[in-house]
Amino acid sequence: MTAMNRQARRRAWATAGFHAGAGALSLLWLVPIALVLVTSTRSFDDIAANGLGSLPHSFTLGGFHQAWVDGGQGRALLNSLIVSIPTVLLSLALASMAAFGLARYDLPFRRTLLLVMLGGNLLPPQILLIPVSKISEALGLYDSLYALIGVQVGFGVGFYVFVLHGFMRSIPPEIQQAAVIDGAGPWQIYRRIIMPLTTPALAALGALSFTWIFNDLLWAITVLRTDTKMPITASLIGLQGQFVSMWNVIAAGSVIAAAPTVVVFLRFQRHFVAGLNLGAVK
Amino acid sequence: MAVLTAARRRRRGATRVPPVVLAFVLVPLLAEAFWVFWPAVQGFYLSLTDWDGVSAPKFVGVGNYHEMFGDSVFRTALLDTVLWLLLFGGLSALLGLGAALLLQQERRGVGFYRAALFLPVVFSLTATALVWQAMYQPDGLINNTLDFFGLGSLRHAWLADQDTALYAVIVPALWRQIGYVMVLYLAGLKGIDPVLYEAAKVDGATRWQQFRHITIPQLRGVNAVVLSVIVIDSLRSFDVVWALTRGGPYHSSELLSTYMYSTAFQSLRLGYGSALAVVIFVLAFGVIVSYLVRAFREAD
Repeated sequence: MTAMNRQARRRAWATAGFHAGAGALSLLWLVPIALVLVTSTRSFDDIAANGLGSLPHSFTLGGFHQAWVDGGQGRALLNSLIVSIPTVLLSLALASMAAFGLARYDLPFRRTLLLVMLGGNLLPPQILLIPVSKISEALGLYDSLYALIGVQVGFGVGFYVFVLHGFMRSIPPEIQQAAVIDGAGPWQIYRRIIMPLTTPALAALGALSFTWIFNDLLWAITVLRTDTKMPITASLIGLQGQFVSMWNVIAAGSVIAAAPTVVVFLRFQRHFVAGLNLGAVK
Repeated sequence: MAVLTAARRRRRGATRVPPVVLAFVLVPLLAEAFWVFWPAVQGFYLSLTDWDGVSAPKFVGVGNYHEMFGDSVFRTALLDTVLWLLLFGGLSALLGLGAALLLQQERRGVGFYRAALFLPVVFSLTATALVWQAMYQPDGLINNTLDFFGLGSLRHAWLADQDTALYAVIVPALWRQIGYVMVLYLAGLKGIDPVLYEAAKVDGATRWQQFRHITIPQLRGVNAVVLSVIVIDSLRSFDVVWALTRGGPYHSSELLSTYMYSTAFQSLRLGYGSALAVVIFVLAFGVIVSYLVRAFREAD
């Protein structure tokens, strides 16, 4: 009796200890986010008078308005979406086709091709920056969103091919054989059979690649020059220079820049985490 | 059809792949060749030239690499990059593993804790940097917290001080990376067969012995992945430094990646910038190769 009691008490303490530890850790992680949310809704006068680290004495959405309109964050957010969405769709379409060919057909050098494509994605982007900016200049694409889409597709596709290839390899060949007997060509097999079965991997990669492309800074500042064409990450750095020490505006800009990926994360959390593991466990 | 008889065909040495399938593979490959492989080759070539981006590149052989020996900023950047690898990389692996061990068990509330640690992973490093810049301000939360605990003497202009800038930049990078590493380790821990632990318990193994002799060896695969991710991420790190300090003050938080960018696009020394990029590539080379070797083994 007492032994059981003691064990139950020990377990209760262990649970309390766990929640205390994990709770403190989570708090440590959430404080910066809470702080930026609070700061974004304070007025400039409040921050100037009471300091950045003080409790808020005001509530206004003026910082958001300033960041959105005067700071150009609205335009920048649109630019980011104009780049991210087609890039994700295009690179996944291209990658799934290549993965289909490499996974389901006996192409010569298919393993080498696969690894060469993956290897391209593993290169440090720094080695590509100067030539890519020069190539986009030569093509007349410099300072246009097309250059950004092009390089993002080209750089990302290798990794997506590798992940989708692994996924498609695991689809039983019998399913495809049945379609071949029914007279389906490669396009129909790809479109009607393999693609639907690959949806989970596509969803995972889609959620993941959206955040990567949306969050990119380096490629954007390499191939773009005009402020009004910059995506939200680059615009955020501009905001920092334009609204020096107007922390309510800078915080509001950060919230605007983070919101879309947080929405994607919350909506596709399961896929998102699956995506990270898909790429890594391989 | 090709799949059906693939094995037999391979033996006969004849392969017929439908042209559509060939196009399926070639179009993406060409896209990558155009935006990655071709530029990469040019990048290596440009590292052997002196180029201002306007007139024709002048071939100087290994001159750029030679110049690095005498370049004190390069030395700082290289040292900082190594420090970044060790500190950012080492701590994110250790703390990510620690968080995963703490949060591995399915129990009430654990989903919330995991999400809290994971949330920063979806932020851009640029936004992360600005969030932390607010924390580091002279009247920001960090200095105020120090005051609150009577440690006011430690108050600091964290990002403006040469001695603290690099470490002040690492913290936000860690804040974002730990959740990512945690997810990788959580998946790894989930993959360990519980029978192993039960057998160990029957044998009277302590918690530590179980960790030492089951968990650690079973995580070998994930460790390799985490190591690759960390090294590649470390060498690519750019956004957070650029947004917080641009490598300053006085190059004290300069990484090879930021130095490369400013050399190429602000000083317009494209040849020397390319050579710096090659150094980054060389540092990443071992990891890239081991990643590809592992991928090669699992490609079938």
